Amino acid sequence: MNQVLHALFAPGFFASDRVHAALVVGAVVALVTGAVGVFTVIRGQAFAGHALGEVGSAGGSAAFLGGANPLWGFMGIAIVAAGLIELLGLHRPRARDVATGLVLGAGLGLAALFLYLDATSSSTTGVTVTILFGSLFAVSQQMLPSIVALSVVSLLVMAVCYRMLLLSSLSSDLAAARGVPVRAIGIAYLVIMAVAVSLAAETIGAILATALVVGPPATALRLTKRPGGALVVAGLIGVAAVWLGIVLAYDSYYWPPAGHGWPVSFFVVALVFLFYLAAGALTGIAQARRRRRWETAPRLAASGCAEHPGAAV
Amino acid sequence: MNVPAPDPSTDDAILNVDGISVWLAGREVLHDVRFRIMPGEFTGLIGSNGAGKTTLFRVILGLQTSSTGSVLVGGRPLTRRNPIIGYVPQKIFLDPDMPLRARDVVALGLDGHRLGVPLGWGRRRKAVDSMLDAVDARRFADARVGNLSGGEQQRVLIAHALISRPRLLLLDEPLANLDIGAEGEVVALLARIAREQRIAVFISAHDVNPLLPVMDRLVYVAAGKTASGTTAEVIRPEVLSALYGQHVDVLRVHGRILVVAGAEGPSGVTFEETEGAAVGPDIVSLR
Amino acid sequence: MVNTWIAATLVAVIAGVVGFFVVLRGAAFVAHAIPHGAFGGAAGAVLIGVNPIAGLGVFAVGGALGIGWLGRRGRHDVATALALVLMLGLGALFLSFSVEYAAAIYSLLFGEVLGVPSDELLPIAGLGIACIAALAVLYRPLMLTSIAPDVAEARGVGAQRIETGFLLVVALAATMTVPVVGVLLMFSLMIGPAATAGSLTRSPRNAIALSVLLALATVWLAVAVSYLTYLPVGFFVGTLGALSYGGARIWTARRRGRTAPV
Repeated sequence: MNQVLHALFAPGFFASDRVHAALVVGAVVALVTGAVGVFTVIRGQAFAGHALGEVGSAGGSAAFLGGANPLWGFMGIAIVAAGLIELLGLHRPRARDVATGLVLGAGLGLAALFLYLDATSSSTTGVTVTILFGSLFAVSQQMLPSIVALSVVSLLVMAVCYRMLLLSSLSSDLAAARGVPVRAIGIAYLVIMAVAVSLAAETIGAILATALVVGPPATALRLTKRPGGALVVAGLIGVAAVWLGIVLAYDSYYWPPAGHGWPVSFFVVALVFLFYLAAGALTGIAQARRRRRWETAPRLAASGCAEHPGAAV
Repeated sequence: MNVPAPDPSTDDAILNVDGISVWLAGREVLHDVRFRIMPGEFTGLIGSNGAGKTTLFRVILGLQTSSTGSVLVGGRPLTRRNPIIGYVPQKIFLDPDMPLRARDVVALGLDGHRLGVPLGWGRRRKAVDSMLDAVDARRFADARVGNLSGGEQQRVLIAHALISRPRLLLLDEPLANLDIGAEGEVVALLARIAREQRIAVFISAHDVNPLLPVMDRLVYVAAGKTASGTTAEVIRPEVLSALYGQHVDVLRVHGRILVVAGAEGPSGVTFEETEGAAVGPDIVSLR
Repeated sequence: MVNTWIAATLVAVIAGVVGFFVVLRGAAFVAHAIPHGAFGGAAGAVLIGVNPIAGLGVFAVGGALGIGWLGRRGRHDVATALALVLMLGLGALFLSFSVEYAAAIYSLLFGEVLGVPSDELLPIAGLGIACIAALAVLYRPLMLTSIAPDVAEARGVGAQRIETGFLLVVALAATMTVPVVGVLLMFSLMIGPAATAGSLTRSPRNAIALSVLLALATVWLAVAVSYLTYLPVGFFVGTLGALSYGGARIWTARRRGRTAPV
């Protein structure tokens, strides 16, 4: 048994403080982004989710410049951006697409500005990489309580608005007819997404926050059509990807090119992608088998086992 | 379950649907559909949401395969691209911000399927103008198509489909989002087109009433099965009850038709008298 | 310095034309994801000692095809997001293998307009011409599939093939413009001017022309101000794009005399 453990987990894995912090923060972030991400995917707002992460990096850079903690800078700008997207985008998908793109473009321009100012004032070229790609192993211990607290608050808010959020995500007309304040819910949702993405961006990097907000939820929605189930499954898949990624990254210190290991973000992203493809393959096989079964036994169809026709995720 | 079609020896039916069955996601959406449409006929495809109307259209257009049966268009088997059929979808992507005028949409009906940049601007413009005149849309030809009202947009889409000179026009629920005034205008326009240009019009709707004055025949679809014939032949309690598989009543109120589910049936399907807002099975799908 | 202006002009023309279709099709995310993800390819190219632009091109094309393939089997925006993060994840991996700190790669992120060598101008122009030629060939079916994909399918237009062709054009445009304005800001040049033009004119022909003009104005202004203030070009491109679109929306709303319809 010890042999197996030694093979899977490189020496010092369980003893390392940084690993503990990474595991905890990673799990918390994965759970929050998984839950938030289910709605992101249902509402078709993956672009906004990604945009908020990158725009947040401008705020993070600004905060870094000013000596403050990047997390608050991230969140501040992300929330402002969320508001702008909602304001400019109205309800038309094309307009929202353009609004998201322009807010992203302006935000990245700002990021360029801050990073330039930062580079000339204190030659740290690594700042770009850190803010964009992040490093799970470099999370400061003091931020842990804030991260957990913010995550819990986000999840609570979502739990409170759950029914309204679900209804307005699936059909905004129906929701409006039932008295749901669709616009307010939309804004509230974007703010929650901004918070969740900021949390993720701070830990695994702005760009890779997108992976957790989109990948595990999309995978979960392929596996189960019930939104409640999808929330749980998305969180689990996210945690699995993050933890496995941490293990692999730690082990990779012993892999070529020797010495400094492979980035944990690469592993997490690759795993998220693989899980999504695997879920796609599984559902594809299941659909093909179901189709073959029905086509050879048509009389059984009269019992009316209706599947929701082709809602691809 | 079909009322006998007119003289089967006339082989010049513009559309001949024979024994079509379609399976989607493990469910039989259409079962043994058969009917004919003759040139210049105005035919309605009546059924509630989810009954299978769009699926049937997709089969006719060659976008959906059927597991049994055949479709003949103009006497010939289905091909992927059928120049005889003009298709008017219910809605297209029209944003008020999109830089497209009504005349641009109509022009795309002429040659939008061909590669390259459009040439012969003078000739194109004349064809587009005359088509816009034919559907009485000339006055907003240069308006942004995303800013037009529902009825105006429908007319632009009809012109788009007509400009390629089809012999069969398929319209997918063109009346669904229109108010009563616009509804009447579109129906009158389509009837005129059918009559004057000998173009068969096949229009799907969930409310039969707006079409009653102009319809020659109808195809009624419920639970995947169809009945075709004239209004008098098809909209009868015994015919519809057989389709729905439960007791159905047909009421006539001031010249309008109301189809009502029987007391012992489950949720049932009702046709509102005026607005045509049918309440059918509510499919909430995750998109 | 002349090279900079020539390069900027070429980039603006391409961005203006490609951007019109990007905005029409609601493909802003794809237009952002392809060049952004391609950055990973540049990192990989540096690792194996090849020209970073080649790596960029490979990843751009690969990304375009991948997004098309994934998008057929699932949601389009999910496909774009996952393709993007996978390419960037690979980029992070390649960067971690690099021994030197490859500052050249970081310049690809935000652009290096002010330093375009002469021998790059011809390839940029060549790729640009290829892009515009491809769009000219695809013009009609591209317009049709953008507004009425069902009708297009019924008339025998393979919407998926057109989509793939369009994505490849975006990839091509990304490859040629990235050395000039950088991965993160090239798409800003594609969205802002085209969206503004679409708001201001009604016909496709005018919109494309205006889009190109606005892109040129944006880029020239940005380069000029950047040259004077030493601040990054991308900052001005991003800001100008957002401001011009915002301005156009306000202007059209006021001209219509009522708030824009929902």
